[in-house]
Amino acid sequence: MDPKMEPRHTIAIWVDNTPGVLSRVTGLFSGRGFNIESLCVAETMDPEVSRITIVSTGDEQITEQIIKQLHKLINIIKVVDLSELEHVEREMVLVRVKAEDKSRAEVLRIADIFRCRVVDVSASTYTLEITGNHDKIRAVLDLLKNHGIQEVARTGTLAIQRSKKE
Amino acid sequence: MKLTGAQILMKCLEREGVKHIFGYPGGVVLDIYDELARTPSIRHILVRHEQAAVHAADGYARASAQVGVALVTSGPGATNTVTGIASAYLDSIPIVVFTGQVPTGLIGNDAFQEVDIVGITRPCTKHNYLVKDVKDLARTIHEAFHIARSGRPGPVLVDLPKDVSQGSTAPKFPEVVKIKSYNPTYHANPRQVARALDMILRAQRPVLYTGGGIVLSDSSEDLYKFATSLQIPVTSTLMGLGGFPGDHPLWMGMLGMHGTYCANMAVSQADVLIAVGARFDDRVTGKLSEFAPHAKIVHIDIDPSSISKNVQVDIPIVGDCKDTLGQLNELLKDKPVRDWTELRRPWLDTVNGWSATHPLTYVWDDKVIKPQFVVEKLYELTQGEAYITTEVGQNQMWAAQFYKFRHPRRLMTSGGLGVMGYGLPAAMGVQMAKPDACVIDIAGDGSIQMNIQELITVVDNDLPVKIAILNNSFLGMVRQWQQLFYDRRYSATPMTAPDFVKLAEAYGAVGLRATKPEEVEPVIREALNTRRPVIMDFKVEPEECVMPMVPAGKAMHEMLLA
Ligand SMILES: Cc1cc2nc3c(=O)[nH]c(=O)nc-3n(C[C@H](O)[C@H](O)[C@H](O)COP(=O)(O)OP(=O)(O)OC[C@H]3O[C@@H](n4cnc5c(N)ncnc54)[C@H](O)[C@@H]3O)c2cc1C
Ligand SMILES: Cc1ncc(C[n+]2csc(CCOP(=O)(O)OP(=O)(O)O)c2C)c(N)n1
Ligand SMILES: [Mg+2]
Repeated sequence: MDPKMEPRHTIAIWVDNTPGVLSRVTGLFSGRGFNIESLCVAETMDPEVSRITIVSTGDEQITEQIIKQLHKLINIIKVVDLSELEHVEREMVLVRVKAEDKSRAEVLRIADIFRCRVVDVSASTYTLEITGNHDKIRAVLDLLKNHGIQEVARTGTLAIQRSKKE
Repeated sequence: MKLTGAQILMKCLEREGVKHIFGYPGGVVLDIYDELARTPSIRHILVRHEQAAVHAADGYARASAQVGVALVTSGPGATNTVTGIASAYLDSIPIVVFTGQVPTGLIGNDAFQEVDIVGITRPCTKHNYLVKDVKDLARTIHEAFHIARSGRPGPVLVDLPKDVSQGSTAPKFPEVVKIKSYNPTYHANPRQVARALDMILRAQRPVLYTGGGIVLSDSSEDLYKFATSLQIPVTSTLMGLGGFPGDHPLWMGMLGMHGTYCANMAVSQADVLIAVGARFDDRVTGKLSEFAPHAKIVHIDIDPSSISKNVQVDIPIVGDCKDTLGQLNELLKDKPVRDWTELRRPWLDTVNGWSATHPLTYVWDDKVIKPQFVVEKLYELTQGEAYITTEVGQNQMWAAQFYKFRHPRRLMTSGGLGVMGYGLPAAMGVQMAKPDACVIDIAGDGSIQMNIQELITVVDNDLPVKIAILNNSFLGMVRQWQQLFYDRRYSATPMTAPDFVKLAEAYGAVGLRATKPEEVEPVIREALNTRRPVIMDFKVEPEECVMPMVPAGKAMHEMLLA
């Protein structure tokens, strides 16, 4: 990791599924100068509750402020800094990469090593689906960059706490 | 029984005990105003600018400890409230602002006088609502009041589309409001409180640093008991003035940028600093790394996000001031009796030494009125019992320094946002809440021009508000910085004002003027003896500075003294 980089925090937020909640959350981040690296949001099993996962960077004091400020928003039910806990993280990426003649095999080899799926093929490109944590995704994209990435779409990080070991 | 949205609003206001609303009508609130005219239990005060309605509701809330209410129309009516809302937000003042909105079907269409006021005010309200269905109206209004007044108080905005006020339903009024994701912590953790007390009891040089939280939670008596039992000297922020009596021997004066030498030195030398309902604002701390460098810090605050925001504290206590001070006072009863007056003598001698060598003072002039002298005289002639509002700038700081507030809820000032133009509308609100009280706006010649139109509201409603203008012909506080830090280049700060005496008369108020020191007292006496609104125009020394002053970014002990 780049030593200058601030630590990443993965924060899970449960919110009332009402209009405007997402903009309250993102407004809080922009208004107070907090970073958002990625953000995912979708309904939970309870349709009245949504779950937001935010990856943010900042030192301990900033992260503490972020969490306290989030708690203050009226529609926020629960906030958990998953980075403090044992947790699993996943992100999915769709990437269309150039694959011509001799590089076609190499791209497929990379896809194979990292267990990516080929979801679309053309004469000069492959579109891959990559799933993994932050480090794996970075590793794959770094390798694919050499071949020429045409387009990337990322979901942003999702995370869930590991079940407690007995 | 079915009621219209407008009728439901009136019912809810009655249920919340609302007696006064400050407002201004317009197209989309016609139905509400129609209903209001048929609701005799609620008095509407027609302001002359919507910003003033919000400041008036703010002043009303501070003086009365009730939620203040404002009502305005959509579009420009709504945008005009933003400054008032932001001020109440930064000062944690409980108000509810109702804005009209275009009918739900037109929202998002750039309809006539449509603005997304919920979007605009999201970062400066404690919470806000757009009501889309009349069935949600009653619950939403009661939630709004509950949120405004509970926990750390603040402004809540409720946006009411025209079809919602016109629509009808059989409303269900909730007996109690419960919001599952909102539960402020009032009761402080007893173990933390006990730890704090142990630390306080061991302190050699303790200081109480109190803030707006004392006033908001009405816990000044608990504070008094705690401070006097342990003989701990007290300082407070601008927002906390009056939370501890300003004429008590343990009182050190305000701290911070324009605080007293004594208070700032005491904080700089303290070994234990007890912060109660204060938020370590940068006007208070100065250079953060040198704030209270020798002190262990106890911080009591109902809002966890206030704690360790700017200054890392040693014992954080999340809870209500009243609850926490109550617990501390209870715990004290079980501690062995000690002669605190005797034990505290060395520290109090040091503290008293600082205030004796560096009292708040100014250079007297026989010919020119000193602004501090005017405030001193106001204090003297009202026996410190008046309700004081201020504008912003030097006038505000002199009011804070030279009026010794003896009771809480007697100073209303825009502290966090510093809104010029706050004082007159706020005074209006205070006078509505306290009809028999003496209410004085200590004003600057610049600020008073920002909401001077409210003079007619004051006259119209027979409010005997007094306005004392410290007229220095300058935007004085900005000029002071130019004098001290920009080589006296007075760029855009000399300012002309109208003839305030004639202006008062034009509005139907009384206008008085003093140009020499000996005229100050007679003018104040005459004003105080009048049941009518009065402007007192004091022509004061133009280039007076507020001292002491901690220059921006400097440590608290690095004060400029004169
Ligand atoms: C020109 C100008 C100059 C200024 N100079 C100074 C100066 O020299 N000195 C100075 O002090 N200020 C000064 N101010 C004011 C300053 O900007 C801040 O508004 C002020 O210092 C904040 O006061 P506070 O810390 O008491 O916080 P407030 O804004 O009053 O906040 C109250 C705190 O109490 C908490 N609280 C609320 N309710 C409760 C409860 N029930 N129980 C427990 N806690 C509660 C809140 O969470 C919050 O943390 C100046 C302002 C202006 C415009
Ligand atoms: C709405 C607004 N605009 C600008 C400022 C910046 N400002 C702070 S104090 C001040 C001067 C106020 O002048 P006056 O009311 O005459 O008071 P004085 O300092 O002279 O007592 C100004 C312009 C402000 N606080 N509020
Ligand atoms: Mg002035």
